[in-house]
Amino acid sequence: MFKDTLRKLTLALTLIAPVAAAEPLVFTAIPDQDETKLRERFQKVADYLAEELDTEVRFVPVKSYAAAVTAFRNNQVQLAWFGGLSGVQARQLVPGSEALAQGVEDAQFRTYFIAHESTGLEPSDHLPEAMKGMTFTFGSKGSTSGRLMPEYYIRQQFDAAPEDVFSRVGFSGNHSRTIDLVESGTYQTGALNFAVWESEVAAGNVDTDAVQVIWETPSYADYQWTIRGDVDERFGEGFKERVREALVGMDDPELLASFPREGFIPASNDDYQGILETARALDLID
Amino acid sequence: MLRSPTDNSAMRRSATVRTSVGFVVVALLCLVIADIQVTTVAPWRELGRLLTGLVTPDFSNPAAIGTALLRTVAFAFVGVALGASAGFLLALIFHLRVVRTLCAFVRAIHELFWALIFLQFFGLHPLTGVLAIALPYAGVFAKVYSEILDEADPLPMQVLPAGTGLISGFLFARVPDAWPHLVSYTAYRLECGLRSSAVLGFVGMPTLGFALQSSFAQGYYSEVGALLLVFFVLIATLRLWVRPWLVPLYVAVSPFLLGTGLPIMWGNVARFFTEDIVPAPLRHGEGWAALWQWFSDLLLHEALPGVWTTVVLTQIALVGTGLIALLAFPLISRHFTSRPGSVLGHVALVVARSTPEYLLAYVLLQLWGPSMLPAIVALALHNGGIIGHLIGRRSNEITLRPDAAHGLDRYAYEMVPRLYGPFLAFLFYRWEIIMRETAILGILGIATLGFYVDSAIQELRFDRALVLIVITALLNIGVDSLARTLRRRLRLRHMVNCEP
Repeated sequence: MFKDTLRKLTLALTLIAPVAAAEPLVFTAIPDQDETKLRERFQKVADYLAEELDTEVRFVPVKSYAAAVTAFRNNQVQLAWFGGLSGVQARQLVPGSEALAQGVEDAQFRTYFIAHESTGLEPSDHLPEAMKGMTFTFGSKGSTSGRLMPEYYIRQQFDAAPEDVFSRVGFSGNHSRTIDLVESGTYQTGALNFAVWESEVAAGNVDTDAVQVIWETPSYADYQWTIRGDVDERFGEGFKERVREALVGMDDPELLASFPREGFIPASNDDYQGILETARALDLID
Repeated sequence: MLRSPTDNSAMRRSATVRTSVGFVVVALLCLVIADIQVTTVAPWRELGRLLTGLVTPDFSNPAAIGTALLRTVAFAFVGVALGASAGFLLALIFHLRVVRTLCAFVRAIHELFWALIFLQFFGLHPLTGVLAIALPYAGVFAKVYSEILDEADPLPMQVLPAGTGLISGFLFARVPDAWPHLVSYTAYRLECGLRSSAVLGFVGMPTLGFALQSSFAQGYYSEVGALLLVFFVLIATLRLWVRPWLVPLYVAVSPFLLGTGLPIMWGNVARFFTEDIVPAPLRHGEGWAALWQWFSDLLLHEALPGVWTTVVLTQIALVGTGLIALLAFPLISRHFTSRPGSVLGHVALVVARSTPEYLLAYVLLQLWGPSMLPAIVALALHNGGIIGHLIGRRSNEITLRPDAAHGLDRYAYEMVPRLYGPFLAFLFYRWEIIMRETAILGILGIATLGFYVDSAIQELRFDRALVLIVITALLNIGVDSLARTLRRRLRLRHMVNCEP
């Protein structure tokens, strides 16, 4: 009965929504950076894909990494720009879904550890012992470059959980915020996506006298476009391949710079086996 | 042994004092172990930037602000209307134990937790936000409506002619006497609904919180200022634009203004209940021993530390709330302030109580860095503002002798002793509310229960999230019944309209 009431209620709620002529392709992205930047970037991507695929394409912003995965899993979005970890989570939850394409840089992604100048930490070829007892911030709880990989290397270096290594461990929410927090000294150290750091520094948004990179991790596979397995049934035979071609064919320099990526290359689920194993080792995934 | 009434009341007073001192001592002990450091290097500079934003609000994007505002109002109206209707029906059968228990349980879970649950299967659909408000509110409405109806004058019921139908008897003899109270309480909950609706934006609903979080995260303080001002004006002018004859219109129009969101897939609902929330060991067929291991790990490493932090933070915030209330009520009391002064006082208290704790804590966290301090201050300011408003209003009902003392003497020997009973009653009433909010503030990064719930959700482990939410609900129910016991023991009059 409850379900029935709910159904009627939803019907009432959906009836009032303007009904689109054809079913649009809806996609989302993990909120790993400032929202204005993301909206701008993905609106352009939506326009580009709409033209290439000759179908209506809609971008939906979400508030958390998990919300992006959930929307994908719930089939409310069919395509998503995921990080390494969120992509692995999503593909595990949606059998048949596929990693379509990744940025050129994503095959060789890295995490930067950064420190406020007051800590006296200097660039080195491993995580410095002196970090022990300082404060540290990750990015989002579900981030690959801002959580999974840094936690992995912290545990490897110090043989202890981050909470036991540092006097305070925080989750800033996204990579831009991690820079802000370490730059302002709220946290003494932090870890983030190297591409965001490079592009923020190039844009002159970072006070490099106040904060600097002290270590970078070995490379791993990160961001990728993932698509649901049932899109061909929904949008027509060969749709998945057309999306892949459109993504790999993206060559507008302005659009690519907004990611920032040099270009996109085909990817497969196997590229992310290492991420899956790391996530299992850290008990972030069952 | 017989005691004279004066003896009795003296005993009670000393019990009141003992209880108060006990609470203060506990809070002080908690303060010793609590982490209340300011970790930002320049907290005042950030605060200055925020204040600058408030005095230089940026209204350059009226469409965005207007839409966010419209959605906030629409979600509040639909949610509260559904909650009130369901609550009213439940109030009629509230004498059933099963109904009472169910209501206590749904209202012990915060709107944001409900939203996080509904997000998993309805996704970003308006229904998520509407139900997140309607469900816990139905639980609250059921309880309060039934109390109001119980207190209605029984005489009209008794003089009805024999053979009067149950429904007409109820409608014509019970409801009319209770009607003004029902209306005023519903109006108050609408204000709460607006706050809840705004906060739901933080998890993705298209309300004010959504825009506010985006602007804040990027340091657009003038946009933040504009959004906050609009919200304060919305709440402060509630009486002007919510007129009884307009309410049906608002309720009728609101469902059309919720926005579209994304379509719901019904299969997801079934999946959530039959797979997602089934504990992992059972889902993977690992047997009962594995389940026990899973559960005890969760209890030991997440639930217990979460409960501990939640309790510590709650106790400090509770005493902080009391302090703020006692300091703030003279602001609006005619026994202390002149007319223009009290206008300013009213503005200060309206701002304090109309800013949701969650929003205030979010702002303070950005300014001072992550510790318990922002949460304590946010909870104390918001709840202290509410209680200060209530006892301030009550103080205005007191008539003093013409030769009554002035100034500090009047405050300490005249007003506070007279208002202390209602003050404690309000405070105990808000105890559970403060705890519920404390738990939710964990989502912002303070290690209360909400932190662990959020982590479980970020890891897409809804089985763990649900266990933690249930533990949070039980903790709230426990505190609520403790507060009731204390109220009864101290003979604090139970008030239905315990909220403004």
